[in-house]
Amino acid sequence: MNFWVIQGLNGLAFGSLLFILASGFSLIFGLMRIVNLSHGAYFMLGAYVGLSAIDAGVSFWVAILIGGLAISVLGAIIERFILRRLSGQPLAQVLVTLGIAFIIADACVWIWTGDPRPVPMPRELAGAFRVQQLAFPIYRLFVIGVAFTLAATLWFLLERSRLGAMIRAGVDDLSMARAMGIRTSLLFPVVFCLGSALAGAGGVLAGPILSVYPGLDTDMLPLALVVVILGGIGSLLGAFIGSLIIGFIYSYGQALFPDLAYVILFLPMVLVLTLRPTGLFGRQAI
Amino acid sequence: MGTDALVISGLNAFYGESHVLHDLSFTVKQGQVLGLLGRNGAGKTTCISAIIGLVRANATHLELFGQSIAGLSPEAISLKGVGLVPQGRRIFPSLTVYENLTVAARRNRSAQRADWTLDDVYTAFPRLAERQRQLAGSLSGGEQQMLAICRALMTNPQLILFDEPSEGLAPQIVAEVAAVLKRLRDSGLSIILVEQNIKLALEIADEVVVLNTGYIAHTGAASSLRADSQRIEQLLGVY
Ligand SMILES: Nc1ncnc2c1ncn2[C@@H]1O[C@H](COP(=O)(O)OP(=O)(O)OP(=O)(O)O)[C@@H](O)[C@H]1O
Ligand SMILES: [Mg+2]
Repeated sequence: MNFWVIQGLNGLAFGSLLFILASGFSLIFGLMRIVNLSHGAYFMLGAYVGLSAIDAGVSFWVAILIGGLAISVLGAIIERFILRRLSGQPLAQVLVTLGIAFIIADACVWIWTGDPRPVPMPRELAGAFRVQQLAFPIYRLFVIGVAFTLAATLWFLLERSRLGAMIRAGVDDLSMARAMGIRTSLLFPVVFCLGSALAGAGGVLAGPILSVYPGLDTDMLPLALVVVILGGIGSLLGAFIGSLIIGFIYSYGQALFPDLAYVILFLPMVLVLTLRPTGLFGRQAI
Repeated sequence: MGTDALVISGLNAFYGESHVLHDLSFTVKQGQVLGLLGRNGAGKTTCISAIIGLVRANATHLELFGQSIAGLSPEAISLKGVGLVPQGRRIFPSLTVYENLTVAARRNRSAQRADWTLDDVYTAFPRLAERQRQLAGSLSGGEQQMLAICRALMTNPQLILFDEPSEGLAPQIVAEVAAVLKRLRDSGLSIILVEQNIKLALEIADEVVVLNTGYIAHTGAASSLRADSQRIEQLLGVY
């Protein structure tokens, strides 16, 4: 019984981290039709930046802001000076994001060396939360709370504001959105910066759980991709449900079938691709 | 005599290597309806897409109320006052009816007509008011067509492009669409109407342009074509 509860909470915490990463990835994919293969590298770089900020003496909370801000500035530059110049050439855009991912990964090894670095946990959230015989790290509960708050905030932004309606219109039918006079060229940087900021801040937030190490980027990117394929491109609800599903499978899988843990992560993706190519909540097929 | 709503001359359009529109020239007079006819694949939608900027085209002149719109982006052309009711309706399925109507809504700068407001739309189309909280993707075909029309009206255009608004609709819905078109014509809006329903188009249009495999096959008053079923048969192979 304890096992199921604890692994369930672990899955929820990991799914929460995934959602922070995948929600931006999915929106960028849905609106701009760019599979941003640097998204995992943004996550890792955000974590490293946050770590250095903490080493320099700032608090964990400020480090999260710095990580998010730094990556959103990087995202703004990449969108403005690289991706926009390649607009209308999806293959070139995807390849360039792959190249950027390699450059970031190399730069990280160069700056922060190849050793895994744990990100210190904020002292106020250290320790465990106990109910009867169950003990669960408070920090993980906090991460779950952050993800659910983020989900609610993004939902509000997307579903209840005119800006959100414009973004969803662009995800539904980009040409028609443009033909109706919606200035999608202004929406692209908004969404790209938002997604980048979430990846960067999410990296810092993940630090105390996952640590930062070379390869964190390539560990996380495929999972974000699976989440988006599962949930549907450009769907916030899809990213949320998809992240939780993958979080649970990851957590129970690692505990029950450690040898197959990585393989079974991709099973739901294969199922969805064959049975419902638009994903659970999406409209565009892959 | 004001300026013309739209002047097109020497318009050529391509999809990659294939040359789809050849040297099209025609004019939409202010406040008039131009019927753009032709068989399947004649190039009507391509022509509409070229006007709104969705298809890259080159033209000697492409002027909206005397202002060149050649080479502008679709959003810029739309903001200059061109409305589009696209073929296949293409409403935003995951937006509600209300959101479809308001997401791109704007007022008209040089308003000679009263602006369309949400209230006007809901008064004219009570079905849309009833369903305003519903996702547009869940509407019936006829309702979606009305929504597509109203979505365009809410941008308060000066020139509105209809691409086969009666396609795939039941006869009584087609009659409703026709009534809307007439009402818009009588309000003084300039209109391009693409139709396969020749009878409907000739009933509403002032002028007619017939395309045949990307070339202009005929230009003239709708009234003279209406009276000449032989010519219609020859141009369009129907009727
Ligand atoms: N995206 C595209 N890529 C390549 N060729 C296209 C594309 N869209 C249309 N065509 C071709 O261009 C020609 C004109 O097509 P268009 O859609 O403009 O015709 P249409 O008159 O609107 O036909 P319909 O009455 O069936 O809507 C056709 O030969 C069509 O096959
Ligand atoms: Mg067509």
